[in-house]
Amino acid sequence: MKLNQIKYLTLALFTAFLLVSCNDDDDMPDPVDFSGTYLQADQMGRPAVNTVFVSSGSKDQFNTTVPSQQNAAFQPMFESNLTALSPAYANPGDMNALGLDAATFSSVLATDVLNVSLDGKTTFYDGTNVLTGRALADDVITVELLLIFGGEDFSENPGLSDDHVDANDKMFLSTFPYLAAPW
Amino acid sequence: MKPLHVKLSIALMLLASIVFVAADHIDAPAVQGGASDITDFYAFQGSNTDNIVFVANVQGLLSPGETSNASFDENILVEFNIDSDGDNVEDYVIQAIPRDGQMYFFGPTAPTSLGLNSMVDEQAMKGSVGITPYGTPAVVATQNGLSMFAGPRDDPFFFDFAQYSAILGGTATSFNDPGSDTFAGTNVMSIVVEVPKSLIGGSGTVNTWVESKRKQ
Repeated sequence: MKLNQIKYLTLALFTAFLLVSCNDDDDMPDPVDFSGTYLQADQMGRPAVNTVFVSSGSKDQFNTTVPSQQNAAFQPMFESNLTALSPAYANPGDMNALGLDAATFSSVLATDVLNVSLDGKTTFYDGTNVLTGRALADDVITVELLLIFGGEDFSENPGLSDDHVDANDKMFLSTFPYLAAPW
Repeated sequence: MKPLHVKLSIALMLLASIVFVAADHIDAPAVQGGASDITDFYAFQGSNTDNIVFVANVQGLLSPGETSNASFDENILVEFNIDSDGDNVEDYVIQAIPRDGQMYFFGPTAPTSLGLNSMVDEQAMKGSVGITPYGTPAVVATQNGLSMFAGPRDDPFFFDFAQYSAILGGTATSFNDPGSDTFAGTNVMSIVVEVPKSLIGGSGTVNTWVESKRKQ
């Protein structure tokens, strides 16, 4: 063997040894890169809260305020927008069907989290259970309209307290993934 | 003077931008309509009552044609937050992020950082599922106790948002009976994950919310 051939053979063997010894997980696929920092863009707890109760110039700020700080930052705005929107809170002492006046109701709404029971039925409202989750078929908009416009016994402002769209346009599935196939 | 069809299309665009804002669809200028725009969030007991199902929908109001071209953005992390001790600060997170046609799931796990900045907690990876292509049956996977789905679905939200907007705009004074579902016939991109209750506190009431976070 010429000297060059010996050099190249040695180099090739050494390289092969390096590659094998550095790749002791060589039955694994290439690692997937999940690195980096991810900064908040949007957030949501209950349906339609940002849309209805946050003033137009503050919607991005609401989406990037952590829930534990939302009440302090947004409750006054929620209360003024609620009373401007609905005549059901026009008089002192006016409440909704949950027994909440404008200040208390807007305080509940401003912390935009969805309460979920781990002990039983999960529903936005089913006539008995209140805010124990949000199921796909829940008519959340009519519930919210009733609490905004319906007054103490759901009888006020009947033209505003129900949109008369009571169900989805497709049947949901009884098993995972529950949502209907796309159109 | 602009031709009539240009004026009409401008008017239609304006109308669409007014009409299509509900649940959380297109809720704020920084996210509206993009890959990080959360349209809806659901949390409910599974068909196995030991489990809770979390649903995050993004990119609302997709027509069937748009849906066939829609995809998840690899720069967008979707994070379900669960507060189990009543202070509205997350005690558990479930993270979902797409890579090369798969949606990867991490957690439920204690968050490595709280609040607006997150990193993917790779130690907490639970599994992944192939992203269901449009027009094919739902692909689901179950690994480490989690059931996972990602792909296009019918938008489960329903609301006569057009009439609500007319009421707010002063051109109507009440809803119609029957109303008209503004979201009928439209799709969303869905992430669905079903987890054992035992992994998020087990009993009692938790406070939950979903976030989208963009890679910096």
